[in-house]
Amino acid sequence: MTTATEPLKAKDYKSEIPPTWCPGCGDYGVLNAVLKAFADLQIDINNTVLVSGIGCSSRFPYFVKTYGMHTAHGRVLPVATGVKMARPELEVIAFGGDGDGFSIGGGHVPHVARKNTDITYIMMDNSIYGLTKGQMSPTTPLGMVTSTTPYGAPDNPLNPLAFCLTYGATFVAQGYSSKSKVVEDLVKRAIKHKGFSFVNIISPCPTFNKVNTFDFYKDRIGELPADHNTKDLNAALKYAFEGIDGKIATGVFYDVDKPSLLDRLNGIKDKAKASVDYDINKIIDDFIP
Amino acid sequence: MAQNDLIIRFGGEGGEGIISSGDMVAQAAARSGLEVLTFKTFPAEIRGGYAMYQTRFAHDNILCEGSGFDVMVAFNQEALDQNVKLMKEGTVLVYDYPGGDIAEEQNIPGVTCYPVPMSKTAKEDLGMYRVKNMVAMGAVAELFAISMDQIRETIKEKFGKKGAEIVELNFKALDAGRDHVRNNLKKTDPYKMDPGKPKEGTIIISGNEAVGLGALLAGVQFFSAYPITPATEVANYLSKELPKFKGTLVQAEDEIASIGNVIGASYAGAKAMTATSGPGLSLMQELIGLASISEVPIVICDVQRGGPSTGLPTKHEQSDLLLAALGCHGDASKVVISPEGVEDCVYLTVEAFNVAEKYQVPVIILSDGSLGFRTASMKRPDPKSLRIVNRELYKGNGKPFARYEFTASGVSAMALPGTPGGAYISTGLEHAESSAPRYTADNHSKMLDKRFNKLNDIEDFFPKTEADVQDGAGLGIITWGSTIGVVREAVKLARAQGLKVSALYPKLVWPLPLKALNGFTSKHKKILIPEVNKQGQLARLIKSETGLNSISYPIYGGMPFTPAMILDKIKEVI
Repeated sequence: MTTATEPLKAKDYKSEIPPTWCPGCGDYGVLNAVLKAFADLQIDINNTVLVSGIGCSSRFPYFVKTYGMHTAHGRVLPVATGVKMARPELEVIAFGGDGDGFSIGGGHVPHVARKNTDITYIMMDNSIYGLTKGQMSPTTPLGMVTSTTPYGAPDNPLNPLAFCLTYGATFVAQGYSSKSKVVEDLVKRAIKHKGFSFVNIISPCPTFNKVNTFDFYKDRIGELPADHNTKDLNAALKYAFEGIDGKIATGVFYDVDKPSLLDRLNGIKDKAKASVDYDINKIIDDFIP
Repeated sequence: MAQNDLIIRFGGEGGEGIISSGDMVAQAAARSGLEVLTFKTFPAEIRGGYAMYQTRFAHDNILCEGSGFDVMVAFNQEALDQNVKLMKEGTVLVYDYPGGDIAEEQNIPGVTCYPVPMSKTAKEDLGMYRVKNMVAMGAVAELFAISMDQIRETIKEKFGKKGAEIVELNFKALDAGRDHVRNNLKKTDPYKMDPGKPKEGTIIISGNEAVGLGALLAGVQFFSAYPITPATEVANYLSKELPKFKGTLVQAEDEIASIGNVIGASYAGAKAMTATSGPGLSLMQELIGLASISEVPIVICDVQRGGPSTGLPTKHEQSDLLLAALGCHGDASKVVISPEGVEDCVYLTVEAFNVAEKYQVPVIILSDGSLGFRTASMKRPDPKSLRIVNRELYKGNGKPFARYEFTASGVSAMALPGTPGGAYISTGLEHAESSAPRYTADNHSKMLDKRFNKLNDIEDFFPKTEADVQDGAGLGIITWGSTIGVVREAVKLARAQGLKVSALYPKLVWPLPLKALNGFTSKHKKILIPEVNKQGQLARLIKSETGLNSISYPIYGGMPFTPAMILDKIKEVI
């Protein structure tokens, strides 16, 4: 927690670099919600690292005052994992979009999920590639016209929530960037969750995605019922695939407490009787013929 | 070869105990106070195929695998066929006959042949085919005066956990081999192990373990890798030892993830490393570029194998030099170093971390198959005597922090997360001193200059390039990596024959140590560059950097050079 005497406000977490997003981009809503969540949790600027890959949403760390890493396309999770495993006391939050996370970086998600790696992953899902100007992404709906699919997208979209649930993520949630308060709460819960937390935030791209617009979502966003059991994987999967009352469900789908990667690595260190001043001469002795 | 420099080669089918037989000879020799160096090749398959393991032992420092062998122990016909053409006048052949896969009694002109019924004794007398290699060991020990007590010790250590019965059975097999020699053979060859005085402070270690040990000596705190032959043993070793030091080892889902882990860990302040082989190094290139532009110190050990693609997974090659030095999109500054032997694997791994930390660059260690799998004896390292360099850190001096500040040395202080006032974005985008994105022409050229110029003094920082210059020599040899040991031995042989030849042994192979290179090449009329790759990769780099036209001597069959090959070439070009 911060050492400042005055509690930090959302604006105190904002860096001097202004966002480069297009006017009307859903990512502004995510940024504001995250800044508020940080203020509410009094996140320590010096002990927090935001890591991102490449894409519009991956510019996120520049706009926040904490430590950050802007890495390579699709590699946000491995880099974030390295930071957290080397310095478990740091708060490590990964940011990115659907293309970065589920296309080029899709091979990493299952492993971070199954290892229950102690990071929070916030995905801004706009169902399009924005930074390269409007190509089909892994969450683009079937048949949608994009710059690389002038006759309609030929591929089925993947379901980010079901994907993470199936691979063993222990916290899975979905928000919608217009519903700032909900997003803020989801982000807070995700950060507080031990292990891997995945928050998919529907974040419309007004410039390149002319289908999934704010208007489109206006009547299509619903909320999970208050009595949804977040320990019930089958129920979570059902909502991930079917939504709620014909609408896209938002809220916490799944939230369970399981040993995390750090717990297990610490277990290994205990078994190895780890100590910081272990005598290296002892392991050199093993090579005496 | 004199008796105090003996090479015993075991050949047979993978899974027949070839490797453990070779290991036992090596262990016994090292315990007897001899220097030891082993060499093995085996098939890429789990079982079957020809496997070979040889041990060279001598009183003096052993520089390489040697040229051929003195004693061949053939477990089957294929091993015999593979090696018969390499047998010279005076070679000894110990072979599995009768009752083995070798159907005929051998009578090879000039070769002393000792039949030992390894399979038959194991199967019929002892009831367990698996102890065939111990029958062979018993015969070999008796024939060449290798200490039986020491072999028994090794058996106890190796099989003790499996129970007294197994140990006993192996002892019996050993005795059966010995008795066969005593009762049925008359020794007519001159070879025997001539033990030295057991040396204090000697260790015997493999090249891959040596890289792991070097990393621990340097203070590695984080390691992440994906399994790949012939580099996996580095991870295997560290997975056992690193947790003892509170370090963290992660097995990643692929090589891209492993280098991503390493970059994250180093950004956070840990000394971090990965180990891979060619295909993995190819996959890592994009993130090596990220480490270069974002100035994150990382160490990558590449244990080279035959390529391209899956190539020759278990065979020896030195063909990743161009990839390591130049294989990144854009202009990426990085450092490549290459050890010549097992001892270097320890110390140059420490130096790899030193260079990475001092210059905040990715450093690639180019080991190779023969070096990684080789075990050799070396003087025990003294942790206290090592130079350990740590990165320059921002300590929060009140002044606004600029991560990529232009400085006289080109190196700027790094802020570790947790440092008040140090928050910045480590980034693969071209950036201003503050780390904010900046794409202006002026800034990009200045930042590229910063990242390259900071390495300007690396030749002085790195251990000095050794030049072995002989007065009056017109021929100079330059070589790198594990070929250095072979050249050292060839140079000795050449000089013993009155040939004048010099040699230069660069361990820093990128950027090239130009001062040492130019000093050496200016003294010699002809320069010969032997290396194990098709394209003459070092010769090309040297030509591109200095304009030097050398005599490139590339070989590329999956095996290292022998000193005899280099000696022949010296005679040809001198």
